[in-house]
Parts: sequence; C-alpha cells; structure tokens
Amino acid sequence: MTPLERVQQQFANGIIETHAFRGDETVLIRPACLRSVANFLKDSPELDFNFLMDLTAVDYLFFAGGRVQKEHRFELVVHFYSSTHNHRLRLKVPVDEKNPEVDTLSDIWSSANWYEREVWDMFGIKFKGHPNLKRILMYEEFQGHALRKDYPFDKRQPLIGPAN
Amino acid sequence: MTQTRNMLLNVGPSHPAMHGVIRMILELDGEKIKDVDIEMGYLHRAFEKMCETVMYAQCFPYTDRLNYVSPLINNVGFAMTVEKLLGIEVPTRAQYIRVLMSEISRVTDHLTCVGASAMELGAMSVFLYMIKAREYLWELVEEITGARLTISYVRIGGVKADLTPTFDENAFDKIAEVRKVLIEADELLTRNRIFFDRMKNTGKLTAQQAIDYGVTGPFLRCTGVNYDVRKANPYLVYDKLDFEVPVGSTGDNLDRYFVRMAEMEQSLRIIEQCLAQIPDGPVVAELTGEVMTAADMVDHAKMGETEALVEDEVLLDPTLQGSTKKYYEGISADKKSVVLPAKENTYGNIEGLMNHFKLVMYGHGIKPPVGEVYTAVEGANGELGFYIVSDGRDNPWRVRVHPPCFPIMAVLPICLKGDLMADLVPTFGSVNMIAGELDR
Amino acid sequence: MSLTSPTGFLTSSVKDALGWARKFSIFQYPFVTACCGMEYMATNCSHYDQDRFGAGFPRFSPRQSDVLFVVGTISHKMAPVLKTVFDQMCEPKWVVAFGVCTCTGGFYDNYSTVQGIDTIIPVDIYIPGCPPRPENVLDGLIKLQDKIQKGEQSRTLYDPRTKIGRPEELQSGYTIEGHIKHIETLS
Repeated sequence: MTPLERVQQQFANGIIETHAFRGDETVLIRPACLRSVANFLKDSPELDFNFLMDLTAVDYLFFAGGRVQKEHRFELVVHFYSSTHNHRLRLKVPVDEKNPEVDTLSDIWSSANWYEREVWDMFGIKFKGHPNLKRILMYEEFQGHALRKDYPFDKRQPLIGPAN
Repeated sequence: MTQTRNMLLNVGPSHPAMHGVIRMILELDGEKIKDVDIEMGYLHRAFEKMCETVMYAQCFPYTDRLNYVSPLINNVGFAMTVEKLLGIEVPTRAQYIRVLMSEISRVTDHLTCVGASAMELGAMSVFLYMIKAREYLWELVEEITGARLTISYVRIGGVKADLTPTFDENAFDKIAEVRKVLIEADELLTRNRIFFDRMKNTGKLTAQQAIDYGVTGPFLRCTGVNYDVRKANPYLVYDKLDFEVPVGSTGDNLDRYFVRMAEMEQSLRIIEQCLAQIPDGPVVAELTGEVMTAADMVDHAKMGETEALVEDEVLLDPTLQGSTKKYYEGISADKKSVVLPAKENTYGNIEGLMNHFKLVMYGHGIKPPVGEVYTAVEGANGELGFYIVSDGRDNPWRVRVHPPCFPIMAVLPICLKGDLMADLVPTFGSVNMIAGELDR
Repeated sequence: MSLTSPTGFLTSSVKDALGWARKFSIFQYPFVTACCGMEYMATNCSHYDQDRFGAGFPRFSPRQSDVLFVVGTISHKMAPVLKTVFDQMCEPKWVVAFGVCTCTGGFYDNYSTVQGIDTIIPVDIYIPGCPPRPENVLDGLIKLQDKIQKGEQSRTLYDPRTKIGRPEELQSGYTIEGHIKHIETLS
C-alpha cells in the first residue's frame, strides 16, 4: 500500500485531509499528533522515511485574492523521502496566526535543525524544543519576518547606508 | 593561575577561498578544530519573495542565479515543476536538448569546483586548465543560448530556441578538448603526493550521518549510498540513456574528488549519446516564400496580406533566432495558453499577436490550477527540489527551492571535528558551496 | 605650475611616472560574492588574461591591495563588512563596482539588497552587466588605468534622494516626457 494509505490506516483520527494532486501524496494532520506521526514515519519498516528532504512553511493570508479562505494562516510543509523504498510523502501541519508554535523535529532528523531556523527567520513560527532558534538568513537586528505576505518586498532596514 | 582556553578564529565572510561568502568561527585547540559555527545569509537575495511578485515566465532569470555555475539545471527544475502543475508534456526533442544542456552545466560546475579547490591547495595550473575547459563549454552554450553564464534558456513548455546547425561538430570538438583537460588534471593531481596526503582521511563523513542530515549528491555518494535522482526517479529522457553513477566508499575528500571526476566523464558520455539519439527537427515543409525583416512583416500584415505571408520567413534579431516556424514544433509544447507562438505568427497575423500579448501582459499569462507540487532534479550538488504553490493567478503564491548545499553546510562541523586547521581548506572546497543557492 | 617653471615640470613628471607605475601594477582585492565571480575568474585566466595589464595577482588582504573589486551582489548583512574592508585599505585606493548588482542593485529590488554600493563607499569605475562579459571588464580596467594615471579618485557617495553622485547612464531616468523629447530629437 502507498505511504498515504498506511498513514491513514494508522492515524485515522489525526488527519484533517489528504490529497494526491499530480501524484504527490499529501496529508494534513493536526498539530498535536505531529511527533507521533513523525516517529511512525521514521521507525516503521514499510515506510522507513530516512530522509527529511525539506521543511518549509506557506503563508495563506489573502490566498487567491481572498476568494479562498483557510482557517489557519500558516501551514508547515515537510517533504519526506525513503531511499530504501523510493517513495515520497508530504506532511502538512496548520499553524495558527495568534500562537504560531509547533513541535520540533530536530531530534528525530538532524536536518530539521537548520530548516526550522530558516522558518523562524522567514515566517516567525516557533519550534518547541529547538536547541538554537536564531535567525539564519537575515541579521539579528532585522525586525519582522520577511516572507510573510504582509511584509512588503522592498522595505529595507539597512545596517549602514541610506534606506532608499 | 594560568588558564588554557580554546581559540576562536574567524574565517570571515570575505575570504580567499573563492566559493562564496560564508562566515565560519572555528574553535581551535592548538591546531585541532574542536567545533565550527557557521553563519550564512550574506548573499540572501530574496529569491522566494521576488518570485511571488513576478509572473511564472519571469522567474527564470532569478532561477539562473541560484546555482550560478550550473544555471541550466535550475531552469530545468523550475520549468519541470510548473509543467507538472499545469499537466503538460514537452516534446521529445526539447527533452533531449534540456538533458544535453543540463549535462554541460554539470560539467562546468564540477570543473569549477575541482579547479578552485585544487588552486586553494596550491595547484595553480590545474585551475587555469579547468577554467580553459570551462571556457570551451561556455562558448558552446553561448552558441545556442546567447549568453555564457546566466542564460534563461528554458521556457515553460519547452526551450527558447533550437540547436544551431553547426552545433553537433562544435560539440564533438569541444568534448574532445575537455577530455584532454581532464586527463591532464588527472595526471597532475591524482598521484600527486601533496594533493593525496591533504585529501586522504580529511573531512570524513559516515553514511549514517549523511542520511540523518539529509545530504544528497556527490557528498552522499562518496560515503557509499547510491542515491541519484536521475536513476531513482528518472525524468526527461534519462531512462533512455546509458550512464553510471560513481559511488565512493570512505567518505573523505579524496573520494569526493574521484566521484566528481568520474561524474564529469559520465556527463560527457551522456552528451554524446544525446547528440546521437536526438530526434530530428520538425518535418515542416520548407518555407518557400521570401525572407523579410520583422518590421516588413508587420507592415504587410497591417495591410491585410496575411495569406500571402504564410510561406514567408522572418529575419530575426540574432537573439530570437531558433524560435521560428521551422523549429517550433520540436521545441515547444502544443499548448497555446502556455507557450509563446512562433515568430512568424507573432509578427504576421493578429491571432499570433494576441496570443503573445495574453501571455506577457500583467494580470494575464500562465495561470495554473490551484494546487501544490514538488519536483526534484539532480543538481550538481545534489537533489534540487522546487515546491510551488499556485493560487490560480498569474503570480506564483509560494516558490520554495530545496538547496542541495544547505544540509551539506549543516553537516560540515561534523566533518571537520578532530581535523587540523589546514584541513578546512580542502574540506570546504569539496563541499562546493555556492552561496547563491545556499542563501537564495 | 607651468612648463617653464623648473619645479612644476619636475613634480608633474614625477607624478606622471608614479601614475604610470601604479597603473601597471594593480594589486586587487577581489571581494567576490556571487555570479559575477565566475566572470571575474574567467577574466583572470588564460582566455581573457588580466595579467597582461599588470593586474593579474590578487592580494587577499586589504592592507596590501590598492584596488577593491566589488564583484557580485552586496546584501545588507554584508554591507558593514564591505565598509570595514574599504576602511582597512591604505591610500591611494580605488573601487571598481563590477556587475550591475553593485552599480545599482540590479533586478534585486528587495528588502535585503543594497541598491548600489556607491551609497556606502565611493566608486570610481562602474562595470554594468549581468554578468559583464570579460571584454567589458577589460574595458573598465583600461578606464581605471587612465584614472590611476591621472591620480583621480572618487570621494563622493551617492545620495538616493537627490540622485547626485552616480553617472547619468546608470540612473533610470525614464519618464514619458523624456521619452517623447527623445523621439522628437530623432526626426
């Protein structure tokens, strides 16, 4: 069975929705069961997702010009790959705007460490239990989170020089 | 009371190793490295934010500058992701052209990496020879795309222009030259006592650590794990080509050097097979009318003589050659809502002009369905993944690049622990960190 | 200082000799960040040799160099480092802005890119291009040599509010009225 069906079988009540648009299997789960799903993905032998390929976030503020309303503002998106079975899965976790906090995955896969720092830097989503949550791409004096939709793309905060 | 403390050495953002801007703070006990703290972000150019402000076709120049030594692979990755989102197929000839140009980019990337890291170890001549070989390949790239480095050659639905008639013989000549350079470099480096001693047993990495940190590409293959996106999930025409994937065993710098040299040879083999297997250009009846400039064609079309223009050929600016009706079917997918029309149609009749306008005006253009996709291609450093979220409008909602050297830089402190300070130079050189890709 | 006065002739020919010596022994500090670095390497190597101009050996320390080649995009995180390196150089020093990202910011009009390094340090030669071809670079190098011969150095920063301090060709002065005037001059 495909990874999506296996996850659906195991965590039927933790899943909000699934889809396989253009062949990419995706599952949207509740934030509370993120760690148990992650441990299951890593440890179960028929899934064996040993690569955490990518961890990022998407900001859905004013999506599609406001025609599509989602209940949560951010979504954390994690891409997994298994080199033994050669299959992939995408895991999505909704994150609230008022309290943007998720559990960390950096103790299960070490690659998540720097990806989570980047998500904190660009989106402002905090990770509970992360050993070193600092900015990674921007400098510490930068105010705001750059990839959020309400941050204008040309608002410069120079350390030296004019702010044209 | 005397106290001994470790020394903090700052290998600052601007440093002689010409790979890019990164800051490493080494904690040294004498000459041994105890810990490395890496600070990046000095070349953050907001690729992801800029892509959200422009249309899909305008993102290509930004993708060029991600991994600027192998720009075509980035272009191909982005185009494949958008095509997967749209659900369109690219003609076979365009796929072969994409593979051909990707492999040329891969060779230029490995030439730059091995050349620059050899120069940092003192082998100045090898650097000059490899840059000479890279110039030959850039001349080849310039013949088709018009630019040497930042080419923006791939379009959504195909490529921009077809191969020139003299490309085949030029390519075979240049490949022979590059092979000579590779043999020379091999003779100079591989059995060189200094090179061998500096690269052997430095920067070691185990397969378990590499997988845990999500490392892919030559850095992973040198530890013994055989994962290459071209073999695992074949895309374009890689399943029809015969090539091997070199895999190392010990995970040190010398294995990475060997993996890269072997990969260059395999890429040259792929280029030769592509040139042999590529399907011929489109079988379009030769245009028998006169050849006229674009301005004349527009004037005739304005007078209403569009039927008389069907047989005529347009004389284009050199930068636009290759996208006329003769080559059109081979290089572009058959979907009017995505691909720009052939130039005779753009200049010669109103339907073609309207098609062109609808694709380039703000607010119009390519509008994929609402959804999200992730596609991975094999970049020169590893798996280059593009994740695009579309909201149905003409600007992408979110474009995310999975940079192959991001996890490699995360695992670099582990490679360096216990090594001497001088081993930083070959290890960092073999990482092939491209700051444009790392910081985006 | 006229040609007839003996002191004038002597000092000006010493100045010329110094200018000649300096222009043919350029020690560059290549402050390489991004894609233009690849074209910088290509200009330095065998096909488009920079060494025949005397500029072939980069000095990787600002204390020992006299021309600062700023190659590639400068982000706001990198700008203080650039200023520090420039301040560490000894007189006489010149700055070359290599690539359009250093001239005006290029097409990176966003929150993290400096819109032209002449807002931070004074620039002598602008070499636009994305990346500039090696022939452009050598042209810029020859113009730099002319400047070194005359002993001229740029000392002004660019002020984006008043738009003073940057050559006309780099300013995007496109307005509809200017365009209409330009068309009128053609006919």
